[in-house]
Amino acid sequence: MIPELGHLALVLALMMALVQSLWPLYGLAAGRPIYMRLAAPAALGQFLMLGVAFAALAWAFYVNDFSVVYVADNSNTNLPWFYRLGAVWGAHEGSLLLWMTELAAWSLAVVLASRSLPREVSSCVLAVMGLVSVGFLVFTLATSNPFTRQFPAPGQGRDLNPLLQDPGLVFHPPMLYMGYVGFSVAFAFAITALITGRVDSAWTRWTRPWTLAAWVFLTIGITLGSWWAYNELGWGGWWFWDPVENASFMPWLVGTALIHSLAVTEKRGIFQSWTVLLAITAFALSLLGTFLVRSGVLISVHAFATDPARGVYILGLLAGVVGGSLLLYAWRAPRFATGTEPVAVLSREGLLLLNNIFLVVAAAAVLIGTLYPILADGLGLGRLSVGPPYFNKVFLPLTAPLVLLVGGAATMAWKRTRPVVLTSRLWLPAILAVLVGVGLPLFTVGTHAVVAVAGCALGSWAILAAFEDIVRRTRGRRLKLPRQIIGMTLAHVGVGVFVIGVSLVSGFGGERDIRMRPGQSLTIAGHNVTFNGITAQQGPNYVAQVGTFTLRQGDRVVSRIHPAKRRYDDSDAVMTESGIDRDVFGDIYVSLGDSLEDGAWSVRVYNRPFVRWIWAGGFLAALGGLLALSDKRYWRRRRRRHEPHDPAAAARGHARREPAV
Amino acid sequence: MRWPVVIPGLVLIGLVAMLGYGLTRQPSILPSALLDRPAPAFNLPTLANPDRHVTTQALQGQVSLVNVWASWCVACRAESSRVAEITQRTGVPVIGLNYKDKRPDATRWLTVFGNPFSVVAVDASGRVGIDWGVAGVPETFVVDRQGVIRYKVVGAITEQQMNQRLIPILNKLKSAS
Repeated sequence: MIPELGHLALVLALMMALVQSLWPLYGLAAGRPIYMRLAAPAALGQFLMLGVAFAALAWAFYVNDFSVVYVADNSNTNLPWFYRLGAVWGAHEGSLLLWMTELAAWSLAVVLASRSLPREVSSCVLAVMGLVSVGFLVFTLATSNPFTRQFPAPGQGRDLNPLLQDPGLVFHPPMLYMGYVGFSVAFAFAITALITGRVDSAWTRWTRPWTLAAWVFLTIGITLGSWWAYNELGWGGWWFWDPVENASFMPWLVGTALIHSLAVTEKRGIFQSWTVLLAITAFALSLLGTFLVRSGVLISVHAFATDPARGVYILGLLAGVVGGSLLLYAWRAPRFATGTEPVAVLSREGLLLLNNIFLVVAAAAVLIGTLYPILADGLGLGRLSVGPPYFNKVFLPLTAPLVLLVGGAATMAWKRTRPVVLTSRLWLPAILAVLVGVGLPLFTVGTHAVVAVAGCALGSWAILAAFEDIVRRTRGRRLKLPRQIIGMTLAHVGVGVFVIGVSLVSGFGGERDIRMRPGQSLTIAGHNVTFNGITAQQGPNYVAQVGTFTLRQGDRVVSRIHPAKRRYDDSDAVMTESGIDRDVFGDIYVSLGDSLEDGAWSVRVYNRPFVRWIWAGGFLAALGGLLALSDKRYWRRRRRRHEPHDPAAAARGHARREPAV
Repeated sequence: MRWPVVIPGLVLIGLVAMLGYGLTRQPSILPSALLDRPAPAFNLPTLANPDRHVTTQALQGQVSLVNVWASWCVACRAESSRVAEITQRTGVPVIGLNYKDKRPDATRWLTVFGNPFSVVAVDASGRVGIDWGVAGVPETFVVDRQGVIRYKVVGAITEQQMNQRLIPILNKLKSAS
């Protein structure tokens, strides 16, 4: 009964989405503003219906209703309840439902936060989001209904893919999807701008917080994903250039470019059509990611069970949504008033333009690498896959200058900056960066690799230059900085921390792949690792062989770590749980291989210096985004909305607009 | 109209055309370097009796399938019944190549999920797998009367692959003398 209710709620959600999209658009076209009012209640209705559908599916998982095919395929009575909850989005159908529920949640957020917007703008935004929702709801109902039943119901489910039985899975997909889907808001604002023909500073001020919010979610999602892969896959790696990782990385790169170009458009009234195009592209790449994961065109560890019919539909949806937007763009974008002033190279907008170029080219490079296997096949070059060597080779020269630019971000003024200002402010951070770049590896890792030292110096440069700006701004006077400035600084520090982490882990990381018997030990990165033995343990739905390794530095016992191999009862799949000694300056990572004869095991031991800095950088950047998002300039509008009858307050709100960054 | 505004549209058209083409191809059918070459020689003990050996000779004289499987492979469980269906419908014997597995596990697996194989060769070290270019489990090879590899499926055989590719190919090879 409950699953049928869920199915019904999905159908009703589709009806609501149709109302949310078609009515306001008709109202806009026919000049009947009254119809536009329907967008907001319809969005609320759609959210409620999808919430009901989502809850119904979660309930089916909670009570182990195996008559629902999707539940039987992805759950099991032995699965702990929080993994059963995570299993709701553990495969294609459920994750699609999550996708749509989050889209509806974003629509609702637009309804709640945009009451101060002109009605035609907010209705148009909601209508565009409703159209996207219609596309996905039809897709779900037609090809991927999560509520399909089977009779007789099996007594036991097939269990969730053991790879996904990790706390990371419970949070990683919802975060990532919030990011993907969040770009639909920026996209909807872009379409609205094309329809109404207005890209002014008001438009950018509405669009910026939404873009920032989506970007924060995506950043957290990707960082969590990398963290999960490191812990769960047992390869000691944090990024694999897997097609699906790339699918999340491309919108991130373009979204980052969008955040920066929005700043330029708001402040200087230039790059309008470029900004609109970026907003469309960011969402288009989100849709492309959805296509890549679910169509089976590429082989990936993440790919869902695939079905060609689904691939065709999503490709059609992608072509329709993005094609329609680009048609509109080609038609309307030339009408935007563009600033005629040339952009000086030594100015903040010049710097941001360069940043945009690097980010977009980087995204294009990732796109080419990801899709090259298909292209090569089409050109008759054979079946091949593009791996890390390509990406590392192409990506490094693209990101290094970008990080160099990050250091100049705060110093560069709008319009024009005199070179002498740059040199007088940045010589100190530059020299310190070189010192740290050489010193940090020297005192922590010991050995030297030129590229890693250069990377470390580059990362330090980004951090130190950001701090220089804060120190200069707070010197003597104004101790209270706008949150937006702090946010930007923090995000740039995050970039620096990330770059240091990547440089040192790739430059100085090492691994040993050896056969060990209990009692034997090996030395890696100044640590002595002793294998104590293996014991068997029974988990809720698996049997584990847990190893014990003692880590010593000199005579001091640093820690005991417990890598394990789990054999899951229901799928017989064997998963590696790595054992990690975590430290700010580096991890020792042990992963159990196969059991060999006479009690010996093949063991892989990795030295991962500074690997934690990679995720720390990601989270810092996300935190910076959050801080910027909480800046008063975005919230003042909200307060104004609560007191709409006080014209003085409204006027104040306009007059006291903070200088934009 | 300024011409640069149509560039994104053109990029999209190219992209969609490429992805559409990609959809028509199944990435799971990898051309094997061994295609149309004689099957690499092997001499392995059987699962039923470690003293009895099965060699490349077993592939001579009739069309056969070689299915690489392991008890630790999740996809193999679902594939087992499909392999059984293929032998039933075509009468082609299937030689199982038990890859990097343990004998007791493999034997238990066959009793639980059914044994569609005429004989199971045990490749505990994975050496033969390397010769055959096995990248993952399961993989399935079609070998003709002369012991030449004619077709290869990577990953579990789907119903579509079975009906549209494997069974027609097997029937064609059988009727060719």
